Amino acid sequence: MPAITRNRRISPALFVVFAFLCTAMALAAQTDPWLRPDKAPAPANNLPTPARVELGQMLFFDPRLSRKANMSCASCHNPALGWSDGLPTAAGFDMQKLGRATPTILNTAFNPIQMWDGRKSTLEDQALGPIEAGGEMNMPLPEMVTRLQSIPGYAASFERAYPGQGISTVTVAGAIASFERTVLSTESPFDRWRKGDAGAVGADVKRGFELFNGKANCAACHSGYNFTDNGFHNIGIRNDGAAYDVGRYAQKPLKAMRGAFKTPTLRDIALTAPYMRNGVYKTLMEVVDHYDRGGDDRDNLSMNIAPLHLTDSEKADLVAFMQSLTGAPRLVSVPMLPH
Amino acid sequence: MNSIPLFRVAVAAVALTWSVAAHADTHAVSQVKKAFAVSVLKAKVGDTITFRNDDEFAHNVFSLSDTQSFDLGSYKKGEERSVKLTAPGTIEVECAIHPDMKMKIEVQK
Repeated sequence: MPAITRNRRISPALFVVFAFLCTAMALAAQTDPWLRPDKAPAPANNLPTPARVELGQMLFFDPRLSRKANMSCASCHNPALGWSDGLPTAAGFDMQKLGRATPTILNTAFNPIQMWDGRKSTLEDQALGPIEAGGEMNMPLPEMVTRLQSIPGYAASFERAYPGQGISTVTVAGAIASFERTVLSTESPFDRWRKGDAGAVGADVKRGFELFNGKANCAACHSGYNFTDNGFHNIGIRNDGAAYDVGRYAQKPLKAMRGAFKTPTLRDIALTAPYMRNGVYKTLMEVVDHYDRGGDDRDNLSMNIAPLHLTDSEKADLVAFMQSLTGAPRLVSVPMLPH
Repeated sequence: MNSIPLFRVAVAAVALTWSVAAHADTHAVSQVKKAFAVSVLKAKVGDTITFRNDDEFAHNVFSLSDTQSFDLGSYKKGEERSVKLTAPGTIEVECAIHPDMKMKIEVQK
């Protein structure tokens, strides 16, 4: 009995300590710049609702949004391939080979600027771009609206999502954007480690993270929870005989932007090979080798890029770290499409 | 006979130039944590704005404003670039590398 009494006296203190530790860990997680927020931001005029997300998911998977009704957003942004396509560069209208890799749309809801060259600023604006692009889905937007209006089953879904607004480019873009705002990374081993689980990753990952922030200088551009500065850099990618791609320069005709492209996220990076804006590398080790030698095409190279002199062990640690950024698989349902 | 008025005009011009130069200010703007240290800066024609990179990575400064456009290029930590203000109005300044970095200079006569 006395022992039990002592335990009862001690337990409130233990509870307080335990609660304090839990609170401290929760606060640390909230303020950790490497952990993503729980929710993606959305504009006030297109706040997500279940009806909007459901409609957006149907539109995202609907090939009738393309001129020949044979490719959808998901044809290139395939959830089974890390929301990309597994190709070095995208296959567009009539399977023509395009000049740039398909970027993943994972966590793109957090990005204030869209596309490799930043030509779109919002998800709503971006959603219509590939639909009407001649080399991609090649669908004139008025024709897209007319086609969707001719599918009776869509009317009720649009009415639920955007009451009284009908089927228009605005509501199509809003719905697709609402769905894309749900395409978020899942908890990765790296995240669990940052939240306090010391055993979630190995020593190689921890060393890799130090290199990432230090000697390898990766965090100069791949910064924050989404591992991107949303900035534009010429990192010296070789073109392998393809026409020179000016990148961001087409939008901002400034010398520094010639050959510069937006920093991509590293979340789920193990799922999105091949790598770089033209898919020139098949493995993460090839990517690390690229940065280690300071790039290939040195014309107008970013000042952040220089030979790193990494050892083989350091390179392996960096690859292990990047692999730890891939979360658990997220189940995605392919919706039934209305008729 | 004509040399004296010309001399006086030349002296007056030099004095005026010196006077303007004496009143011109230099404003230092730090680029730190991927932001300009000030979001709006008030200055006047003739002033010089010096942008200093206090981050660990490269920055850039440019403006495509109608009031005054310039491209000061990119530069590393610890380096700086300057521009002299030549016209009144509002100048929108950005970093080409980091599009989130923006500031305005309101230039008075």
